[in-house]
Amino acid sequence: MSVARDIITVAGVSAGVFFFFAGTVGLLRFPDTLTRLHALSKADNLGLGFVVLGLLPQTGGLRDGLKLISIWMFVLLAGATVSQLIARTARQSGSGK
Amino acid sequence: MNIATVFEIALAAVVLGLAIWTIAVPDTYSATVGFIAYGLLVALIWVRLDAVDVALTEAAIGGGLGGVVLLGAAARLRDTEAMTTERPSLIVRLSAAILSAAIAAALAVTILLLPDPAPTLAPSVVANAGATGMTNPVTNVLMAFRGMDTMLEKVVLLLAIVGVWSLASDQAWGGRPGPRHQADPNGVLAFLARLLPPAGIVVGIYILWTGADHPGGAFQGGAVLASMWLLVIMAGLVDTPPVRSRWLRLILVGGPGLFLAVGLGGLCFGSAFLAYPVAFAKPLILSIEVAMLLTIATTLGLLLAGAPERSAER
Amino acid sequence: MSAVTVFGLCAAAAVGLGLYGLIANPQPLRKIIAFNLLGSGVFLLFGIVGRRGAAAGFGNDPVPQALVITGVVVAFSATALAIALLLRLFQIAGSTTLNSRAAPSPRSDPSGH
Repeated sequence: MSVARDIITVAGVSAGVFFFFAGTVGLLRFPDTLTRLHALSKADNLGLGFVVLGLLPQTGGLRDGLKLISIWMFVLLAGATVSQLIARTARQSGSGK
Repeated sequence: MNIATVFEIALAAVVLGLAIWTIAVPDTYSATVGFIAYGLLVALIWVRLDAVDVALTEAAIGGGLGGVVLLGAAARLRDTEAMTTERPSLIVRLSAAILSAAIAAALAVTILLLPDPAPTLAPSVVANAGATGMTNPVTNVLMAFRGMDTMLEKVVLLLAIVGVWSLASDQAWGGRPGPRHQADPNGVLAFLARLLPPAGIVVGIYILWTGADHPGGAFQGGAVLASMWLLVIMAGLVDTPPVRSRWLRLILVGGPGLFLAVGLGGLCFGSAFLAYPVAFAKPLILSIEVAMLLTIATTLGLLLAGAPERSAER
Repeated sequence: MSAVTVFGLCAAAAVGLGLYGLIANPQPLRKIIAFNLLGSGVFLLFGIVGRRGAAAGFGNDPVPQALVITGVVVAFSATALAIALLLRLFQIAGSTTLNSRAAPSPRSDPSGH
């Protein structure tokens, strides 16, 4: 049974790392602020979700699993808010750079 | 050379790269952002060194709150970039580089030559852990074995607040720190400031409570509470309190005051200053920690809010 | 090449970089950032010493950890005080240069309006 758990963990964390990598490539290669924000918020939240999903089989019990999921929820919330604020500032400053 | 060592070398390389970038980049705002990223990665190094309490403190206070105060200053000082600068001459920079390289080399040699059966105080911490009834060794050291340091540290925080408040101009003496923040009351920031603080307060109190047996404690919990307060202030939902308000000053003094009172109680009724009677050790420590939590949260928030800028009548 | 060696060398380099930034950068805010870098390097050195003292079932000696926690909080409060001083200097003199011979700029405002 622990082999199956380890396989899920490796698969989940690898998928998460792939999405983080994709988000970082987007951050470095996209031309302006709004597209970069799009890449970061989508890819990084999904990457963290996969990492959390991969770590869930390794937790000790239901409470630790709920803590991991709530960490993902908090990051989602903070990321969404900050992306909106940065995007609004970028649009108001007009440059979009 | 196993996989853990490869990870550690990669982490150390990224941290050093960020540090070099922070020192070398010409734009100050970018240096501040680099420093925040550096602080968070150093928290990872602390986890790798098996010091989770310190990792929490570094992430919350060193990288988090420290980064916020630096970002605020960098934003306000952005227009002065063009005005300064008298760069120090090449001679000064060269000698500074030689001096820094020499000190770094001396420290590196010292690290490599540390004595081999490493001296440690961990066995004595374990041997005396029965005195407090808590199982987190770092909390034991902070609150019981080196309680004097923690109490004096609270006094240092008070002195920093007094220093910051004394920088107010004459009109703003005793007034409200910082500018009045405005945000769209239907916007995302106000939404976050209404949604997150209840959860944040629960998390902060939980970190304090679980510090008795697991990594955590009053400082980390206080930092989380302070950041929730600052979020509400930054969204414009609450204004900063005037610094001459009595209840504010009572909260600030409450933490070190209670600590001092318990210490003097130990002197009068017990064997020494800050000696806890074994039967009451855990309740006493918990009550000190609760007062400390409030004081630390208020102090950190006020240190970030800055010197009073608006007079209190408005 | 254990964790202690790798992170110890990293900490020594951070101390050197912070010291160089403190001396070589003319702007006070950069000096404050470099000072924080220097401080975090010193705390990492404490952590290295604690890691080597791992015994009695702990991964890290608790006493240096407690000292570092105290140090991080005090360093933050020193940074906050330094930044408050810097902002007040900017308000009074209109610029953030530490050069006392510089002329006051037109936007200086000692009374703090």
